Amino acid sequence: MDRFLDSFLNAKLIATTWPAILSGLVVTIEIAALVVVTGLLLGLALAMVRWRAGRWFAWPLMLFVDLFRAVPPLVLVLLIFFGLPNVGIELPSFAVLWLVLSLVLAAFAEEIVWAGLIAVKRGQHEAARSTGLTETQTLLYVVLPQALRLAVAPLTNRTIAITKNTALGTVIGVPEIINQATTAVSFSGNATPLLMGAFAYLLLFIPIIGLGRLIESRFAWRRQ
Amino acid sequence: MSEASELSAGGTGTMRPPHPLLDIRGLHKSFGTIEVLKGIDLAVSPGELVFLIGPSGSGKSTLLRCYNRLEEASGGSIWFDGQEVLADRIDINALRRRMGMVFQSFNLYPHMTALGNVTLALRKVLKKPRAEAERIGMAALEGVGLAHKAASYPGELSGGQQQRVAIARASALEPGLMLFDEPTSALDPELVGSVLQAMRDMRAAGMTMLVVSHEMRFAREAADRVVFMDGGVIVEQGPPEQIFGSPRHERTRAFVSEVAR
Repeated sequence: MDRFLDSFLNAKLIATTWPAILSGLVVTIEIAALVVVTGLLLGLALAMVRWRAGRWFAWPLMLFVDLFRAVPPLVLVLLIFFGLPNVGIELPSFAVLWLVLSLVLAAFAEEIVWAGLIAVKRGQHEAARSTGLTETQTLLYVVLPQALRLAVAPLTNRTIAITKNTALGTVIGVPEIINQATTAVSFSGNATPLLMGAFAYLLLFIPIIGLGRLIESRFAWRRQ
Repeated sequence: MSEASELSAGGTGTMRPPHPLLDIRGLHKSFGTIEVLKGIDLAVSPGELVFLIGPSGSGKSTLLRCYNRLEEASGGSIWFDGQEVLADRIDINALRRRMGMVFQSFNLYPHMTALGNVTLALRKVLKKPRAEAERIGMAALEGVGLAHKAASYPGELSGGQQQRVAIARASALEPGLMLFDEPTSALDPELVGSVLQAMRDMRAAGMTMLVVSHEMRFAREAADRVVFMDGGVIVEQGPPEQIFGSPRHERTRAFVSEVAR
C-alpha cells in the first residue's frame, strides 16, 4: 500500500510538479477552445455550402470527410508535422495540432449537421418557400435551427472526443497536460504526475460534459 | 410553352389579360415516364372559389403545386395576375408570396411561436420592421380567432389551431390567391369546422381560392365552381349543383355517388 501511494500520490512530487501540470492544462484549454470553435464553424459552413451547392461540391467534400474520419488523428498529426517540412512548409507543433484536430472535428461535424438538415421534413422547406423566402433564408431561419437541435447531442459527444485528442500533441512536443506529465515522469521515475494529469483532465471535462447536457436540454423545443 | 415565355420576357408586365386572375393552358407534368397531368386548361376569376375534386392520384395536388412552382410543370403555361409564372426570368419569390399556400400537414415551424410563424416572411420577404410585422401578424391571427395563442408553439396547439395559424401565415402576406392542398384531411372530425370557418371568412372577404379537398358538403355550400379531375385531365366542371346534382359524365357520377355517403 505504501509503495502504491508512493508511486501514484507522492506528496513531494505533487508539490513540485503542479505548476507544470497547470501550465499544461492552460495549453490544453487553449488548443481545445480553438479546435472547437474552428472545427464546429468549418463543419457547419461545409454542411451549409453542401446544402446550397449540389453534387459538384458533394464529391470532393465526401473525399475530405471520409479521409479525416477514417485516418487516426495521430497519423495525421505525425504526417503533417514531419512530412510538411520536406516540402518547405514548417508549422509550429501547436499549429499542426490545431489544424489536424480542427479538420477532423469539421469532418464529423459536417456529417452530423448534414444528417440534421436532411432529417428536417420536406414540408418545412416547402412552406417557407411558398411564403416567398429565398433558399438561403429558408436554410437560415427554418431548416438550420431545426437541424441544429437534432445535431446538438452528437455534436457535443464529438466535441468532447476531439478535445481529448489534444493529448496527441505530446508526440510532437506541444506542452499540453500529458506532455508536462510524461516529462515529469521521466525525470522522477514516478507515476504521480500522470495521475495528476488525469485529474487535470477531469477538472477540464466534467464541466464541459455538464455544459453539454445543459445545452441539450435547453435546445429541446416543446413537442406534442 | 416557348412562345409564351418569349411573350412574357418581351412584355413589361403592363399587358395583363383582362379577366382571369389565374389562367392555365395545356399544363403537363410528368414524373419520369409517368404523366400525371395531361393537358390542363383552367381559368380562375378574381374572387372565385374553385374546388378541385377527384380520386386520389388524379393529379389535383400536383396541379396546385405547379402554380407556385413547388413542382416544375413539364409543359404548358400559367398566367397569374398578368405574369407568366413558368417564365425563366420571373422573380419566383415575389410571385410565391402573392400565392398563399396551405398544406395538408400544416408545416408550421416548430421552433417558432404562432406569431413567429406568421411574421417570419413579413420580416424577411417584405422587410417590415419587427413592430409592424407583429401588428400585421396579430391581426392575421385575430382573423382566424387565435390572437390569444400568439405566444404558443405549434406543439402546444391542436391540429385545427395549427392549420388556422398556417392560414394566418399565408394570408398575412396579403396574397392575391390562396391555394389549399387538402387543408382538413389530417384533422380529427371535430376540428374540421374551425378551419372551414376560417376559409369561409376568407371567402367572404373576397379572396380568390383554389381548394383541393374531400369536404364535399363545404364544396356544395361555398364553391362557385367544382372541377372534377381524373387520370390527369379535367373530366367535368361546373357549379356545385351540376357536379353534385346532375353530373354529365359517367366518371363524375360514379365518383360523386361514391363520396356522397
